[in-house]
Amino acid sequence: MKNKNIIYRIYQMYYDGFKNMTIGKNLWIIIFIKLFIIFIVLKLIFFPNFLNSKFTTDKEKSDYVIEQLTKNK
Amino acid sequence: MIESINLSLVDWSRAQFALTAIYHWLFVPLTLGLTFIIAIMESIYVKTGNEEWKRLTKFWMKLFGINFAIGVATGIILEFEFGTNWSNYSWFVGDIFGAPLAIEGIMAFFLESTFIAVMFFGWNKVSKKFHLLSTWLVAIGSNLSALWILVANAWMQNPVGMHFNPETARSEMLNFWEVLFSPVAMNKFLHTISSSYVVASIFVIAVSAWYLLKKREQLFAKKSIIVAATFGLLASMFVAMTGDGSAYQVAQKQPVKLAAMEGLYDGKNGAGLVAFGILNSKAKAEAGDPFLFKIEIPKLLSLLSYRNMDAFVPGLNDLVNGNEENKIISTDKKIEKGKIAISALAAFKEAKKLKDLAKQDSTRKVFEANYQYIGYGYLNNAKDILPSMHATFYSFHFMVILGLYFILFFIVILWLSFKSKIENKRFWLKAALWALPLSFIASHLGWILAEVGRQPWAIQDLLPTSVATSHLETSTVQITFFLFAILFTALLIAEIKIMLKQIKLGPKGGDNV
Repeated sequence: MKNKNIIYRIYQMYYDGFKNMTIGKNLWIIIFIKLFIIFIVLKLIFFPNFLNSKFTTDKEKSDYVIEQLTKNK
Repeated sequence: MIESINLSLVDWSRAQFALTAIYHWLFVPLTLGLTFIIAIMESIYVKTGNEEWKRLTKFWMKLFGINFAIGVATGIILEFEFGTNWSNYSWFVGDIFGAPLAIEGIMAFFLESTFIAVMFFGWNKVSKKFHLLSTWLVAIGSNLSALWILVANAWMQNPVGMHFNPETARSEMLNFWEVLFSPVAMNKFLHTISSSYVVASIFVIAVSAWYLLKKREQLFAKKSIIVAATFGLLASMFVAMTGDGSAYQVAQKQPVKLAAMEGLYDGKNGAGLVAFGILNSKAKAEAGDPFLFKIEIPKLLSLLSYRNMDAFVPGLNDLVNGNEENKIISTDKKIEKGKIAISALAAFKEAKKLKDLAKQDSTRKVFEANYQYIGYGYLNNAKDILPSMHATFYSFHFMVILGLYFILFFIVILWLSFKSKIENKRFWLKAALWALPLSFIASHLGWILAEVGRQPWAIQDLLPTSVATSHLETSTVQITFFLFAILFTALLIAEIKIMLKQIKLGPKGGDNV
């Protein structure tokens, strides 16, 4: 029996779409590896936010940047 | 200030950003342009009901999918770099980037991510018209995503609609619409997306030309060529128009960049446009002989820059030394005002700490009166405002030459498609293959011109690149530079290998992605 429920039809579209993927499966593997490298390896290890890692409040951050902008002047 | 900056750190940070942006931009133009070509093909299918057009749509959609999957999220690394390597800059721009980048994120997620699923998975699941609507929405959505990024970039070239708060050292947005609709932003957006349409059109023509050279898929290839060449011709003419608009804005907002683009040392009324030339060495150029050879079109630079054939176009010497007659303030004077602004900012901060209201008020007034020159206060000498002449001049001229060549190329390809058997014109089919790398080169030259040409500024006149960086260990930036080089090269190899495999399989390689 054909289920006309919109949620079910959306689910079925995604289900069939993923199930019948050919090259898409390899692409998803590449996407997941890439996202892992970008968000876990690069972001956490190599790209902490410089100001957030040194200061906790906005006032501390602005004081630091003003010092950077005005020192030696 | 500038003496205390580790130039090696600045250079590595810039190199890393450039590397990331260049690789990211290998994926973006195809995404922006292919979506529209696919939408046009699918529109023809829906209109005519001819299944051949559905086959075309699905094949190009598959190549689009490969490019999208490999390229997606590569731009997010640029945002990481802002926070890590360019923390002074990130704090300085404050709220200005927050709104456009947040809108970009939301739009990219909802428009692209939702409708891209319908586009790939929705064949025979939704009505033809809804599927077509989804394809168009993916095209519009991806281009609107680009809008917000380009608005942010344009603001760095022409910071408008903002106020710098000396208490927080952050820029605060005063007028969102002024930021969004600044002529620099609009020209940059239209010029960039239309140049991406050219790249995508050439991609479709090049792949189709390969089929014709191999005597495969001839009807399929010829139909693809007609759509892509028509779209590409319209786009390339629009590129020329918006390029003119962009150069006009550069003349108004970044006159140093314009003078470097044209190798103009001494300004003049009725300045000619150098159609092409070979630059002399820096020493000879500064001695008054900038060109080894040049072909110049009289008065055209004045006309294009100020819409007046006799207008004065300032040269680099005028912009460095000043020109009283043409009311151009010297860079030394700007440096002086910049240093006053920086000192006033320091005094304001001190007064704030001491809770001295009168001094806060007086120093804030001095700061605000000189703020527009604050970036100059970090320069050591007037010639620091000059970008690399060779990089700026040649990137501009090769970009323009390639842009004009592409217009001619599309006309010839279209003419051959309609008037004779293009499958027999092997010279032009091979030219189409060569046009593909040339289109990517032209697109990147545009970015090199925009970004190298605006040096030394991270934010025009307000923040030099050297002051924008974080105080990191240079070795940290070097490590991540090479990590990115490896990651992006691997992604690029994956894209090319998967793409070539699908192209070799051709449209008969199956319908599913």
